[in-house]
Amino acid sequence: MISIDNLSKQYGSTTVVDRVSLDIERNSITVIVGTSGSGKSTLLRMINRLVEPSSGRVLIDGNDTAGEPAHLLRRRIGYAIQGNGLFPHRTVAENIATVPRLLGWDDTRLRARVLQLLTVFQLDPAEFAGKFPHQLSGGQQQRVGVARALAAEPAVLLMDEPFGALDPIIRAKAQDDLLDIQRRFATTIVLVTHDMDEAFRLGSRVAVMSRGRVLQYDRPAVLITRPADPFVSQMTGLADRAMRLLSLTTAGEAVIPGAAGGPVIAASASLRDALSELVWRGAESVAVVDADGAPLGRLTVAAILAHGRPG
Amino acid sequence: MSRAATVLRLAALALLVTFLLTPASFAPLFAPLTQYGAPPIYDQGNLLTLALAQIATVCCATAASAVVAVGLGILVTRASGAQFLPLSRTLVNIGQTFPPVAVLAIAVPLVGFGLKPTLIALFCYGLLPIFENTISGLHGCPPAVIEAASGMGMSPTQRLLGVELPLAMPLILEGIRLSLVINVGTAAIGSTVGAKGLGEVIIAGLLSNNTAFILQGGLVTGLMAILLYEAMAAVERRLFRPALIE
Ligand SMILES: Nc1ncnc2c1ncn2[C@@H]1O[C@H](COP(=O)(O)OP(=O)(O)OP(=O)(O)O)[C@@H](O)[C@H]1O
Ligand SMILES: [Mg+2]
Repeated sequence: MISIDNLSKQYGSTTVVDRVSLDIERNSITVIVGTSGSGKSTLLRMINRLVEPSSGRVLIDGNDTAGEPAHLLRRRIGYAIQGNGLFPHRTVAENIATVPRLLGWDDTRLRARVLQLLTVFQLDPAEFAGKFPHQLSGGQQQRVGVARALAAEPAVLLMDEPFGALDPIIRAKAQDDLLDIQRRFATTIVLVTHDMDEAFRLGSRVAVMSRGRVLQYDRPAVLITRPADPFVSQMTGLADRAMRLLSLTTAGEAVIPGAAGGPVIAASASLRDALSELVWRGAESVAVVDADGAPLGRLTVAAILAHGRPG
Repeated sequence: MSRAATVLRLAALALLVTFLLTPASFAPLFAPLTQYGAPPIYDQGNLLTLALAQIATVCCATAASAVVAVGLGILVTRASGAQFLPLSRTLVNIGQTFPPVAVLAIAVPLVGFGLKPTLIALFCYGLLPIFENTISGLHGCPPAVIEAASGMGMSPTQRLLGVELPLAMPLILEGIRLSLVINVGTAAIGSTVGAKGLGEVIIAGLLSNNTAFILQGGLVTGLMAILLYEAMAAVERRLFRPALIE
């Protein structure tokens, strides 16, 4: 879908992004993670050419992005940033309508889209459409920012620390919502964060950056079990790597046949949650049920622990 | 806006209008200020005409200042024009620090007597507040908002017209308001080179040693300045109330 090919950016003599190549899968969330100043935002901003690359190419669906005027390219790519950047002098509805307006959508289509997005993002249109950004809470502003980025149905959505300003509880909710949104609109999302938990929670693939280079680009479980560089294991955290690994697998994926009494856990819960439940209850096994409460099987402590180590 | 302030403004407006329409009715008030039976109310021209002429002069000059100062402010806040910022700032500062009387003295030999030298002097004098406020307004746009505008695919012109200028507008208008008020007072000097205005009344008072004339010219000018300022402020409040006042 997006093919980043040997991309570099220099400011004067300092190289901020250094020969990065990544293939980003369609219809997935790819996360770029790294310490502050590692070049994450610069890399992301070269995809929509807010920063012009010094060398290298970005291809979207095989087409070189350098081949069209930057502002036209950007209308096809959603962009959401930390602090959301909502236009303070425009209402929520006008903010969301920004890109469709630039693209010349007719009023009927535009209105329908704004209504749809407000509803999807749990903002009652009657209440919120006419409000100004400063009348919203931080979490609501953030949702409007993402809704605005998605308004013109872009195939690609770039997000630069979109949840950075949210408190932990609202943040977790926003992350869940993003996973839903991604599935609903089948968007290809590239998200930048410096929060490893966020990266593991959202990313189907994660690129770890340090000093302008991508050290490893793989599925989260692989980053933990086969780190390519000491910095990668430092980022993923050595002390709780087993727990992290458990958090990447759901109870439904690990379920084994058989019935169990005592505690019950949903198939969508992670193994980490399942283990926690077992420790808390002092039980040896837990029953796994699907969303309707129908039994799927069980999990034992031993079965869970087997998922917490490589191999 | 408090009720008392509104009442005060309306009273000032009523006073100004009444005085300009029927100056003769104020004669008893000004009579104690005159000596040897001199006229208590200016009698060498119509006060209303002079007041309107002065307002018109000031509005023309300020409109020209606004166009140039806002244009210059936009130019020097673009990446391509940033190098002109120090130069522009110097020029505009000279316009403000060079005394308007001196500008008149220089302009008269070049463009002759009358309205033109006055417009030039007021134009120069009015640039600075508008220019500086335009720059603060444009620089004051939150970086995240600018970044979002570009990231959404607005062209530089769309971004300027749709985002930056609207956000800077309250400050720009404040600059224009300031410039307007300063110039209403300054415009009186235009009468020394033959522009129509209330300066005539003051000069006549000085020449004939008539304090009543001086006071009338000064008071009408002052009231006009205050009311103009308040009127513009009210319009601004109405325009920007919902969005920008947090
Ligand atoms: N316009 C610029 N001119 C010069 N240097 C820049 C410019 N933009 C970024 N840099 C430098 O490039 C480096 C990488 O910046 P970048 O914003 O990509 O980092 P980041 O990984 O997003 O960091 P953070 O997590 O703090 O946002 C930094 O050292 C920064 O100072
Ligand atoms: Mg960044």
